[in-house]
Order: sequence, then C-alpha cells, then structure tokens
Amino acid sequence: MSGHSTYEPKPGFSRWLDQRLPITRLVWDSFVDYPTPRNLNYWYTFGGILSLCLGIQIVSGIVLSMHYTASAGEAFASVEHIMRDVNYGWLLRYTHANGASMFFIAVYLHMFRGLYYGSYKPPREVLWILGCVIYLLMMATAFMGYVLPWGQMSFHGAVVITNIIGAIPVVGGPILTWLQGGFAVDNATLNRFFSLHYLLPFMIAGVVVLHVWALHVVGQNNPTGIDPKSKADTLPFTPYATVKDGFAMSVFLILFAVFVFYMPNALGHADNYIEANPLVTPAHIVPEWYFLPFYAILRAVPDKVMGVVAMFGAIGVLFALPWLDTSKVRSMRYRPMAKLYFVILVVACIILGFCGAKLPDDQVIPGLETFKILESDLNSFVWLSRLATLYYFAYFLVVMPLLGLLETPLETPETIASPALSHPAAMPAGAMAAPEKKG
Amino acid sequence: MVGSPVFLAGTPSGPGSFAKGDLKVAESAVHSTTAGDDPSRRDFIHIAALAAAAGAGATIVWPLIDQMNPSADTVALASVEYDLTKIESGQQVTINWRGKPLFIRNRTQAQIDAAVRDDAAVLKDPQADALRHKEGKAQWLILVGSCTHLGCVPTVGGGEYGGWFCPCHGSTYDTSGRIRKGPAPTNLVVPDYAFLSDTKVKIG
Ligand code: HEM
Ligand code: FES
Repeated sequence: MSGHSTYEPKPGFSRWLDQRLPITRLVWDSFVDYPTPRNLNYWYTFGGILSLCLGIQIVSGIVLSMHYTASAGEAFASVEHIMRDVNYGWLLRYTHANGASMFFIAVYLHMFRGLYYGSYKPPREVLWILGCVIYLLMMATAFMGYVLPWGQMSFHGAVVITNIIGAIPVVGGPILTWLQGGFAVDNATLNRFFSLHYLLPFMIAGVVVLHVWALHVVGQNNPTGIDPKSKADTLPFTPYATVKDGFAMSVFLILFAVFVFYMPNALGHADNYIEANPLVTPAHIVPEWYFLPFYAILRAVPDKVMGVVAMFGAIGVLFALPWLDTSKVRSMRYRPMAKLYFVILVVACIILGFCGAKLPDDQVIPGLETFKILESDLNSFVWLSRLATLYYFAYFLVVMPLLGLLETPLETPETIASPALSHPAAMPAGAMAAPEKKG
Repeated sequence: MVGSPVFLAGTPSGPGSFAKGDLKVAESAVHSTTAGDDPSRRDFIHIAALAAAAGAGATIVWPLIDQMNPSADTVALASVEYDLTKIESGQQVTINWRGKPLFIRNRTQAQIDAAVRDDAAVLKDPQADALRHKEGKAQWLILVGSCTHLGCVPTVGGGEYGGWFCPCHGSTYDTSGRIRKGPAPTNLVVPDYAFLSDTKVKIG
C-alpha cells in the first residue's frame, strides 16, 4: 500500500523542516493521505480506540504515581489517600482502574474482529504476531497493576499467579524465589511490580509502533478479505477513517464515563478494599474479569503442571494461527461453516469467563446431582470449563486446519467496490445493495 | 600484518588509482591470505574478542539478574522463636515466618490417633505421621501454612478430615497436614525447626 508521497510542504518552515526531518510528511502519508479500503466497518475502529486507551492509562498512571507509595506498609494507605485526600484523586484512580477494563474490552473485540475477517492470514502474519505480543504485555501490565493497591485480592492473586511459575519442574522453585525477591510475596515483590508496571506500558507503545508499521506495509484487511485492486476500492484516511474512528471513540468514551462516574467498582472486587493480610486468604479469590477465561482453563485441568501448560497454550495457539488456518478465503463472510464454528468459539470463551468466576464444584444446574468423573460431579463448573476448554483448543488445532481443506466457500466478489454484483448476500435483483451494512 | 600481499598490492598506487587489474590482484591476494596459515591467527583474534565480549556481557548482566534474588536482610530474617505455652490443646496459632504463614497446632489425642490410623490409608504423598513431628512431641505439629497447590492459606479444622481446607481450589488436608483430596500435589511442608526447651521452638 505504500506508494509515493503526495505531501507538498508549504514554502518556509514546513519545507525547511521537511528537508531535515520529514516528520510532517510521515504523518501526512500515514494518517491523512493513506488509502484505506472503502468498506471498513465499525469493527475496524478498535485500533484507534486501543491507542486512546493506552494514552489514557499512561497519563492517569503517571499522575497516580505522584501520590502512590510502593511499600508493603504504606501502599494500601496511599491508595486510600488518593481516594480521599488528593484533589480529584478518586477520578484519577477510577479512570485508571476502569481504564484497564475498557482497554481489555477493546482488545478482545479487536482480536475477535481479526479472527472473523482472517486478518492473521498472509501477508499479515507478523502484524498479527505483534498484536499477540501486545496482548501478552497488556496482561502482564494489568496483573502487576492490580497488585499495587495491596488489598486482599491484590496480594493473594499475586501469590496464586506467581506460584504458577513454581509448577515448572526442577527450576520452578528458584525462579519463583527470584521473581518474588524472597520466600513469599512481600515488599520486594511489590516494589519490582511497580517498577515493571511503570515500564511495560512504554514497551507496549514501542510494539504498537511496530504493529502500525507492519500494518502500513501490508495494508489494512477489510470485511471482504480481498485486496484493493484500484483507486476505486480505497478512500483517503482523512477524513473518512479519522471521522469514523472519532465517532467510535466518542461512543466508547461514553461507556467509559458510565463506569467511572456511575459504577466505578462494578468490575472490581470488594475484598480489595481490605488491606493485604498474608495470614488469611479470602474465601473466594478471583482474578479480574479479563483473566477469568484463562483462570477457568487453569483449573479445568486436574494436574498442576498440565493446567499451567494449557493456560499458556491457550495464548500460544494464537501465535500459531496464521499457519493453522488452511483456508484460501480470508473473510468468514464467505465461509458459512467457519462462521458457525467462530460463533461457537465466542460462546465458549464467554462460558469460560463465567466458569472462572465460580467455584469449581458449584453446580451449573442447581440441585441436580449426576455422577462423578475425575472426582467432580458432571453437573459442575469444572466440567463445563473442561468442555469449553476442549472446544477452544479444537477450534484452533482441528477446525482451522481441516475446515480450510473440506469446506466449500462462497464466491468472493471481484473487487471491493463491486460486491453489489457478486456479493452472495446481496439483495434480489433490482434492490439497492448496501454492502457496507453487511458484516 | 605488514608485509602481507594485501598491503603490498594496495600501497604503491593508492586506493584512488586502482586499475581493474590491480583489484583482481588485491582480491586474489585476500583469498590467498585466508587460505594460508595466517587465518588461524585471525580466527584466534575473533574468537578471543568474542569470548571477552561475551564474558564482559555476562559479568554485567549477572548483577542485573541477581539483584532480584532475596536480599541479605530478607535471608537474615529467616528464623523465629515461639513460646508454646500460649497454645491450648486443640488450638492453632498462625505466625508470620519469612512472609509466609506458619501453623503451630497443638493436636488433641483424637486428632493424633486419626492421623496415625490414616498412615495406612491410600495417600497421594505417603508419609507416616511420626515423621511429621519431633519424637515424643506428637501433639505439636508445625507446618508452613501455604497450600502446596498455588499458595493460599488453608483454614484450620475445615474439610472432611478435620485437618485443613484450602478455600482457593478445594485442597483438603488431614490432621497430619497430608494432602487427601484436591489439586495440591504434596503434603503441607514441615519446616526445619528445633525445640530449644519443652516450651520453646526455633523455626528456620
Ligand atoms: C497498559 C497500560 C496499563 C494498564 C492496563 C494498567 C492497569 C492497572 C490496574 C488494573 C491497576 C489497579 C487499579 C486498582 O484497582 O486500583 C493499576 C494501578 C496503578 N497503575 Fe497502572 N496500568 C497501565 C499503565 C500504567 C502506567 C503507564 C503507570 C505509570 C506511569 C501506571 C501506574 C499505576 C499506579 C501508580 C497504580 C496504583 C494506584 C491504583 O491502584 O490506583 N499504570 N494499573
Ligand atoms: S491454592 Fe490451595 S487448592 Fe489451590
């Protein structure tokens, strides 16, 4: 997609700068004149929204750090100080805490978008993998951030998650001690988590630059999954994409504001307003909502080491997806069978999220006792998460490789601009086709 | 290197005035050098330089890694003493040891009997009760209070064996602290400790 530059600097300072550091030209070519497929829908606005989220987290995080104290003895009190005494402290903290959730809502939609439209398929493999790296860094950042307020959930969440490392045979123990900086989660752990929590978002920003660079080399995918062939298939980034992104961001910010101002603790856990006590574990520890599916996978596997392997494998398969999917057609718009399996995948992920929040032995259908397999009743959340976990892996490891070989995809349109003629979902002859409304 | 063919080929005319033929000479000269016995000296320099750089790199990286290991004061805090007269029969106290909970339980005779009886039961991590306390001090059970699954603190008296129950993922321990049910792979850990007197223990 990278063609020659159309930027024409005005005489004077612009031209002087352009000859020395063509930064205005870079911005112009990347975000003004850059050609985007003309059929991008609202699922394509989450990239911009994610950049906004990163910006919000960095700004709110830097100002929170001016008041926060990273010390096991003082962290909890310093967060309460932010909430009660610091001017607008409550706003800053609620923005940062809910901002993390909003960030994950956006990243999950962004990722499912990629899965549906085949955005990981050639030539976008590197682009996709960079996205997966960003997601991993986000998870590490959010996990360490959640430890900082040093409440009961912070502390015992940190204990359980760091102990996962201890499951690695032989070297697990020494690595765990090294990671915690002691024989348990303590002041040393909190301090290093703060240091890394400050660092990682800037590393994310660095990978985002690579991600956007890769995007601008291979060009954006689009809902049809076919490459733009002529100028008729594209529109300049500004005003078309900027305005659409701007509108989507505004709607997103409204949702964000609803959480911050009307239900700031809805996504949090009350136990985290109790100061960390290493001697008592809360009756029911749960991670933040965005980790629940992985927590469910961890607990679905009866063996400690294999549980950890499955949990990391769930992210690992995403990295391998470009080579697991054998389909020649990118977009699932033209893959009816794939569409079905995709919808089941989304449902399986949501089910896993629910299972992660329940106790493993709780009953799915209250009051119904069936029979026990592997120490647990079949009517339990642990069995439901086992089924969902199985489907999750089957989707990537079985369905994606086989379906591409076995299915009969629908015919794809000739060009992006002409789906009205060949779009299989197009309306009967004579009706006005509105391809941009189909998703 | 003075006296090598490359040097001689280049010097007389200088780089600016190379004729095509000169370049050929220079090239073949380079080739003959690498084919001769000199290159072993050059390889040696390469290897030595790389090894020195790798060594220097490792010396710089190691402090950056090792700083994350427990600091001297964390290691020094490792032992505590406790006066057992404060614990009634059937009670347990939880104290902080190396940042982790430590259980000191004064077991009743019934609890000891149950633990000994279960020496013969099917155990995931088999160990006789007698090996989990000091000789002649069967009532004193001292354990690290971290679930061997993922480190939560089990609650005393919970679970069907009357030992401990872990609220996180349901591991159940008996009155000897042995794992009986649930995802934890091993028994609750018995730390190193010694009786300083009949009523005083030193842990760590
Ligand atoms: C990827 C971006 C980020 C994410 C996902 C993230 C996530 C989080 C989360 C979930 C918390 C716990 C909130 C709570 O329950 O109180 C937190 C706390 C905190 N974060 Fe971040 N954060 C990000 C970036 C940053 C940055 C760049 C900084 C500093 C420059 C920062 C500084 C802090 C501080 C000081 C706290 C403790 C105060 C508090 O708990 O409100 N964060 N972060
Ligand atoms: S931490 Fe105790 S059962 Fe998992």
